[in-house]
Amino acid sequence: MSAPTVVAPTVPALEPSPAFLDVRDVHKNYGAVHALRGVNFRIGPGEVVGLVGHNGAGKSTLMNVLAGTVQRSSGTFNLEAVDVTAWSPDRAQDYGLRCVFQELSLCANLDLAENTRIIHRPLRGPGWRKRAGAVILQTLDEIFPNHGVPVGVRVGDLPIGVRQMVEIARAFSVTDTSVRCVILDEPTSALGHEAAEQLLAYIRSAAERGIACILITHRLDEILAVCDRVVVMVDGQIVAERDAKRLSRAALVALMGSIEAPRERTIREDEPASRGPLVVDSPGRGAGDLSIEAALGEIIGFAGLEGHGQRERLRALYSTGRKRSAHGLAPPVAYVAGDRGSEGVFALWSVADNLTIRSVKALRRRGLISSKAERRLAQAWSDRLNVKTPSIDTPILSLSGGNQQKVLFARALASDAKVIFLDDPMRGVDVGTKQEVYQLIRSEAAKGRCFVWYTTELEELTNCERLYVFREGRAAVQLMGRQIEPSRILESSFGGGSD
Amino acid sequence: MSLAHPRVVIAPWTYGFIVALAMWIATTVYSGLGSAGSTLSAALAFGAFSVTVGTGQMLVIASGPGNIDLSVPSVMALAAYVSMTIMHESNSMTAPGLLAALAVGAVAGALNFLAITALRLPPIIATLAWSFVFQSFTFNFGGEATLKPPEILSWFAVWRVGGVQAMPVAVMILTLVMMIVLRRSVFGRQLLAAGQSERAADLAGVEVGRVRLTAYMLCGTAAALTGFLLSGFTGGAALNMGDTYLMESIAVVVLGGTSVAGGQANPLGIWGAALFFNLMATMLNTFHFEAGVRFLLTGVLIILIVAIAPRARGS
Repeated sequence: MSAPTVVAPTVPALEPSPAFLDVRDVHKNYGAVHALRGVNFRIGPGEVVGLVGHNGAGKSTLMNVLAGTVQRSSGTFNLEAVDVTAWSPDRAQDYGLRCVFQELSLCANLDLAENTRIIHRPLRGPGWRKRAGAVILQTLDEIFPNHGVPVGVRVGDLPIGVRQMVEIARAFSVTDTSVRCVILDEPTSALGHEAAEQLLAYIRSAAERGIACILITHRLDEILAVCDRVVVMVDGQIVAERDAKRLSRAALVALMGSIEAPRERTIREDEPASRGPLVVDSPGRGAGDLSIEAALGEIIGFAGLEGHGQRERLRALYSTGRKRSAHGLAPPVAYVAGDRGSEGVFALWSVADNLTIRSVKALRRRGLISSKAERRLAQAWSDRLNVKTPSIDTPILSLSGGNQQKVLFARALASDAKVIFLDDPMRGVDVGTKQEVYQLIRSEAAKGRCFVWYTTELEELTNCERLYVFREGRAAVQLMGRQIEPSRILESSFGGGSD
Repeated sequence: MSLAHPRVVIAPWTYGFIVALAMWIATTVYSGLGSAGSTLSAALAFGAFSVTVGTGQMLVIASGPGNIDLSVPSVMALAAYVSMTIMHESNSMTAPGLLAALAVGAVAGALNFLAITALRLPPIIATLAWSFVFQSFTFNFGGEATLKPPEILSWFAVWRVGGVQAMPVAVMILTLVMMIVLRRSVFGRQLLAAGQSERAADLAGVEVGRVRLTAYMLCGTAAALTGFLLSGFTGGAALNMGDTYLMESIAVVVLGGTSVAGGQANPLGIWGAALFFNLMATMLNTFHFEAGVRFLLTGVLIILIVAIAPRARGS
């Protein structure tokens, strides 16, 4: 069915320059699911547009339609006032439209030069490797000064934060065609604080050179800091467009349809006696490394810059805890992975199977897993975490990223685990979901569970009662109670702390 | 808006059954209605052996990408030789002989897994290397001679209860048990989890190493059991008795709808594929094709089935 020309309903009040990209009444259906329901979106040269909304609001779908990786079901697509019918990533590339995907798109088995070659056709003939290396290194230097990324290393061997930096740099790298517009989907979620700041500054300077950017992120402060215009999506539709300069964080959250709950922190530094028995007790590894302790009922945080040994320590604590609990020496443990694609979900399975795998032993009745008990557990926790899914039998991959993450949370919470390790699990999760999960973590801790939480988001750390700030592989500083505030954490991360 | 065409969707694993049925009909049409029963019972009897080996191979293949057991033929022969030597054609020694065969299979599976994890060898190399070692053991046990089974074993292999062959029925029960194990047991669930993503399984509390060890040991045991029963069926253990089962054990698993990428297994589909293989051999024999043409047609048919069968969406 071809839609007749639709009269554009709402046009933003001011249209300063002709649009680089202008799409009208775009629909995208996946079977019965309407991911986009009549979206009008335009972006001019040098404009920075923020795209915000809950998980499953259609942000990623819209981005994929713009980038050509997903074909729209209907709607018009104008590129510099020329009507485009067939759109593909290849053509997008020719027109200087680039994309930084949330699920990184680099080839893990190739090095940086080879990955750069993939999107740059002119890099061929003798010496292409050297030239490709120079191109990516130059862009990396421009965006992330002092990045220290080794060019000859396979992408798979790089930590996720560095991979993200390379992905971003590749999108901005130039050979024959110039970059006109870059779409960034959660670009800072895997970056450390410093790299995120560098990227935001670069986006501004790129905008001054006429490069348009579409920034999708759940970090609203970044949106407000860097964007000219903010577009809010709810349920596959654009519900608001605002000038970012005249928008407050609270107003933005309200537009997304969720009220940011005032943080109700319980600072428990005065009553250490209420803590349960110690369940994590790991001596430091040499000079300057604090021993890590956590008791039942506590939420402790691992802070510091990305890649300073937090994740490695978390893994080590988890595997020690697992061995000890297997011998009955310690309570059971569970782990919530942040890299859900490769370490979290079981792609062939339904929501229910994914949710219960950690608990299958406990679900046995007379030797076999009881389907009834299994479904009851899956349904209860899927409801409790408010997972947005048609049913618990839906394949996990058809859920949005944030909802997949909720299932992984549910997997740990539904289990018998007393100690739960969180490996930066809220990457790319929307504000409303975050608040729900924070609430849940606090109430589960109050019921006597212990959480050890690694996160790169400063705000998130304020949920913790005690922090270990990591620096160069060591737990360098411990912060408690009122000491936990962003400036203090940053200071300790960079080695300025005195404790 | 275009609605999906209302079309009957047939699961990939049923194609084996459908093609097998077609071949049975073709054979019967060619050689007369009287042969229909004997054609089917022969296919069921031989199919039972393919299914037993294939079920073991399926567990290994499902345990993760790259996992495969190429030592299956040599384990079959070794287990058969060891058990025949122990039984020495004596009916009363049949039980110890069976246990010895199963033990040989379990140990062989454990050795395979050990070489894979301890020496970090790719499974294809580790199991191939062990198969040479097992062959040499077998050779030392019996040399070129065929060792005869005790009477009771030969009798069991062709035993019929009220006209129904007992052994294929026993193997069907094994298939049923395996379906329940995969869906409802902790081992089955953890095997499929480990097969999909080793890292995710590890972080979800699955002892990936232990689960894979079990898969390899069960595969060895299944091969050993097949070797034991096959010597009863064919009148003795021979050095090359397992040779045809190397490719067949893998082919029936894959044609049966199990994913080579791991994490997904289909025990029922193995029966369809095994019947297809055996009925096709019968059909081509009935048509008096030469060996060359038979192999050619076998290959072409396999490619056709895999190409036509709608594939499950990959991850």
